[in-house]
Amino acid sequence: MKSLKITALFLLILNCAPKQDKLEVYDFQGIEQFLYFNDSKTYVINFWATWCAPCIKELPYFEQIQDEYKDKIEVILISLDFPSHYETKLKPFLKEKQLKSKVIVLDDVDMNSWIPKIDSKWDGAIPVTLIYNKEKRQFYPQSFTYNQLVTEVKKFIN
Amino acid sequence: MKKINLFLLTTFFATTLLSAQSGYDIGATATDFKLENIDGTFVSLSDFEQAKGFIVVFTCNTCPYAVAYEDRIEALNKMYATKGYPVIAIMPNNIEIKPGDSLDAMKRRAKEKGFTFPYLIDREQTIFPQYGATKTPHVYILEKSNDTNVVRYIGAIDDNYKDANAVEVKYVEEAVNALLAKKPVSVTKTRAIGCSIKI
Repeated sequence: MKSLKITALFLLILNCAPKQDKLEVYDFQGIEQFLYFNDSKTYVINFWATWCAPCIKELPYFEQIQDEYKDKIEVILISLDFPSHYETKLKPFLKEKQLKSKVIVLDDVDMNSWIPKIDSKWDGAIPVTLIYNKEKRQFYPQSFTYNQLVTEVKKFIN
Repeated sequence: MKKINLFLLTTFFATTLLSAQSGYDIGATATDFKLENIDGTFVSLSDFEQAKGFIVVFTCNTCPYAVAYEDRIEALNKMYATKGYPVIAIMPNNIEIKPGDSLDAMKRRAKEKGFTFPYLIDREQTIFPQYGATKTPHVYILEKSNDTNVVRYIGAIDDNYKDANAVEVKYVEEAVNALLAKKPVSVTKTRAIGCSIKI
């Protein structure tokens, strides 16, 4: 019985481990698939980085809204952390915060080519957020409070 | 009469605010300033009588992108100051939010890195909004024309923040080289990720 418990614990650890230890890193071409899903959900895409203080401040709101509207929306957090910080900053951060939202990483130095493809108004400052569904999309070059985020998301899901 | 004045005044301020928010586009006349340097003096563009123009860089100590570009900003000054295009670095952040960008911290960083360009603090945060800078680093190349400074380039330093040796296009160098050769700048605006300026 004891060994069963240990085995179960071991399996549990094994199961959780890859989620924290492996980052999903894409170049812009790889990221694009996440920006044009065509199903019934509304996607809330937030561009952030561990070095960006206003980004960190608003992350809990994205977690909260994912939880609140989990049947209707999917939050995707796109990290712009430097590859040299993946091990030292990003992974420890993700491990500590145990974020429920999906986290992917964008590593593509040719920013001048991909930034305007996300939105022509974006000059590169973060945080920024893109909310879209199959009918419409809106780009927000700003920080959010939770209430502001709810107000905007409601425009998509109602 | 009073009413009209008030109206004009309101319109004036509204317009000023509006233009302050959107910032400069290519061809705009950039404002001069008088900002405190790390050596305690106050620096204005008009102090540089021999300059043909300026590489104005909004930058800071605390943003990893700005840090990644420190050596390249210094190299730009070494390369172009003598040719008439000195680097003028301006730290735009609110230092209550970013104490690591205080004037003392700027002095320390400049000493550590051996900066040879003026590193100014926009303490009142009145200059960067007029330029329309939103992040660090954010470059404005100005060309002196009579007594004004005309914006000729806005954007990034080059196309690879990660590795200076892997850069394919050196946007700022290409722009300054064109201006020195009295040719039009071919790429006038570029974008890059940066840290939002803390207000």
